[in-house]
Amino acid sequence: MKNPGTIETRHSWLPKVKPASLFGWSVVWTLLLLPACVWAQDAATQAMSVEYRDIPGLGSRNVIWVIAQQHLLLAGFVLGVPIFAWVCEIVGWKTKEARYDTLAKEFTKLLTSAYATTALFGGILLFLLIGLYPKLMAYLSDVFFPSFILYCILFLLETVTLYLYWYGWDAMQGNKKGFHLFLGFLLNLFALGIMIVPNAWATFQASPVVVADGTAIDRAWAATWNPTWWPVNIHRLIANVVLGGFICGAYAGIRYLLAASQAEREHYDWMGYVGNFIGVFGMLPLPFAGYWLMREIYQYNQQMGITLMGGFLAWLFILQAMLIGVLFLGANYYFWMGITYRIPGSEQSYKRPILAMLIVLMVCLGVWMTPHSLVASLEEARKMGGTHHPLLGVFGVMSAKMTVANLMILVTFMSFIMYWRAGKQETSGWAKMAKAVMGALLVIAGIAVIVLGVWGYFVPAIIRINYFSVAQVLIVLFIMITFTPLTAVLMKSAKTMTEMVWGRMPIRAAYCLVSNAVMVILLMSLMGYARSSSRVHWHVYGVMRDTSDYAYSPALGYAAAFMSLNTFVFCLLVAFIFWVATMGDKGKKGPERGQPAEEPAKIPMDATPAMAGGAPREGEATPKG
Amino acid sequence: MKGPLAQTGILLVGMYVFLKFILPLFTAPLPASLIFLYLALTVAAAMIFYTMSGAGLEEFMGPIGRFLTGEGQKGVATTARVMVFMLFPLLVGWQTYTKLAPSDVPPPENRTIHPAPPGEFVGLSNPFQKTQENIMMGKGLYAAFCSPCHGANFDGKGPASVGFNPPPANFGDPGTIAQLQESYLFWRIKKGGVGLPVEGMPWKSAMPRWEVELPDEWIWKIIMGEYDGAGQSPRTWEEEE
Repeated sequence: MKNPGTIETRHSWLPKVKPASLFGWSVVWTLLLLPACVWAQDAATQAMSVEYRDIPGLGSRNVIWVIAQQHLLLAGFVLGVPIFAWVCEIVGWKTKEARYDTLAKEFTKLLTSAYATTALFGGILLFLLIGLYPKLMAYLSDVFFPSFILYCILFLLETVTLYLYWYGWDAMQGNKKGFHLFLGFLLNLFALGIMIVPNAWATFQASPVVVADGTAIDRAWAATWNPTWWPVNIHRLIANVVLGGFICGAYAGIRYLLAASQAEREHYDWMGYVGNFIGVFGMLPLPFAGYWLMREIYQYNQQMGITLMGGFLAWLFILQAMLIGVLFLGANYYFWMGITYRIPGSEQSYKRPILAMLIVLMVCLGVWMTPHSLVASLEEARKMGGTHHPLLGVFGVMSAKMTVANLMILVTFMSFIMYWRAGKQETSGWAKMAKAVMGALLVIAGIAVIVLGVWGYFVPAIIRINYFSVAQVLIVLFIMITFTPLTAVLMKSAKTMTEMVWGRMPIRAAYCLVSNAVMVILLMSLMGYARSSSRVHWHVYGVMRDTSDYAYSPALGYAAAFMSLNTFVFCLLVAFIFWVATMGDKGKKGPERGQPAEEPAKIPMDATPAMAGGAPREGEATPKG
Repeated sequence: MKGPLAQTGILLVGMYVFLKFILPLFTAPLPASLIFLYLALTVAAAMIFYTMSGAGLEEFMGPIGRFLTGEGQKGVATTARVMVFMLFPLLVGWQTYTKLAPSDVPPPENRTIHPAPPGEFVGLSNPFQKTQENIMMGKGLYAAFCSPCHGANFDGKGPASVGFNPPPANFGDPGTIAQLQESYLFWRIKKGGVGLPVEGMPWKSAMPRWEVELPDEWIWKIIMGEYDGAGQSPRTWEEEE
């Protein structure tokens, strides 16, 4: 019997072998396994030398296209929403009006539900890129590794802050509100970092700055500060606000259609208005940012600039004009319907100004959509003397496009001002004078924009780009910056002649909100393709050539089909996310569907605070529960 | 005739007559694609304007809805409705047939007028000073080699221009050389129509490949002369001193 206290060091079942024979066996096994080691090394070397992998049937590029676009759209939403959710929260905190806080919380709820999906698509994209484009990813990792680490840290911080911001919302009211607002600030700060770090990777591919010497951080820093990094950062930041605003508007539109009570209708009518307002607010400076980006691209590389604006991608900008035009029309249509339906009796008084604005918008859109080279049959081209029309061909160049874009921005801004002033009577003694000055300024601004546009045909391109186009933008910005506070002061003492009624918008207003969101998504998908295709057959422009089977630019029709697919998939994703996010609300809501709706809420006298264009009073117009 | 629908109809007919028949009295006729675009915008404008209020929507869409559903219709209106229902599929069928039937008419052109230049031409700058002497030499060379097609007035109306489709470029048009850098013109003159890239094929350019006849110096000076003669300036990123 063995002593239980001793540990058996050698198993009895093992055969007894001599050390010499063990050595012999080892040599034999080593010799036998040696080829296997070599094969493994070969396999490893082979794996390291794989440049591309494909997904049969689907195509690696197509898969990356869809996943990257979904990730970008989701990320745009996730990074755009905290900006205005935070601003809304600040407004609620400053004005002590709880409805703004409720709205900010509702925006954040949409954000939290989309956040995980965004990260999920980011992960899928990363794995696919590593698997399908190993050579490119190895190169980018080599250049950007320090910023990968930074990105991870920012992502962690963003996630933690978002959890605290969302889950601490109710707990951090009262005297802790200041800390909650600080969390909102941090959330936006980290979100900005999360956006600009990967922007460096993408813009490096288009306008690379390659430094061979220095530390890894030096090289990453040089690559980050490439010529298109900040133009893309600014453009995306604004575009994210637009996307977020219009998607929240669409969400409100759908909830408005599904509303079971008058209180719900009023709340989602207001939320839809705010979403549209945010979208329009972002849309007004967006063309300026886009113009700056294109200018930088052109200056960085003439070839890339011409490919985009004059070469095979030029037709995308006609599609872009159409989509932006529909967006402008949709946003204005919504404002105008707001005047008609929310301010009873005002339809007749605003009919003529609306008609005038509509005509200006349509003429501008007609000019914007007129291509430089017209689509013409052989016979038509012969009659015109080429594909340029001798008269309308002048609409095809940037001077005309910039002019009409500025005028459309001006008209849209005036639509908002008109909506703001609708149903009110100014009481200040200087109101008449102020209105006359504003009218005169508006006319002068419009004429100045047109004169500069026409003059732009007769000066060197550099004068037009550096001075005339900038002057046009500054004129429009001047109008916005002066009219907004002036109108706010005028409205502060204005007498409300007709109360604003929420929850009475027709269903086409809700569809209009949904249409605006779809247009923005299409627009982002379109310009995503344009930005990516401008690199033509380069992974990293001029540095790393695309040698895959997909080193060609897809035809425009094929690309348009993918843009539509991406828009459709994204809409489905967002609908699913929001459906899941609002599942819990159903049990909390007031009357069930089928039961009689509540009586329309009484409209309070002070229900039209400045910038938001009025809002239903707390408790009367927010959903119960 | 009254009502939004009638007004829209009149507006559309008026627009069509203006674009199709009146405008060509003063300038070249518009292609069908452009007329369609402007008419579509007119319809959109009318729809937006008339559907801003419930009453407007009813006035605009109501007659269409009632006509299609046959609500309260009698006599001629009923016959018209039946005719529309019969003729509409025939119209669609005819449209489909005309689109699919074999034809010797070439499809509408969708040319890329300004394809991107090859990498080796990007960033080149005119190596010659913009002196009066060089400009005059460029104009002289232009007169000898380019003006037969592009015209003595740089307007694309040289004596040989009538033989070409598309016609030679009009340098006085602000949409041509004024939009381009000198290096672009250098590429186009040097390599001609045959040197154009595959993007935007099929290419139709009778521009000769001047590199076989002219030295680079002459090409650069011709460019100088072209800009000066047409009263245009090349696209640059630096302002001239």
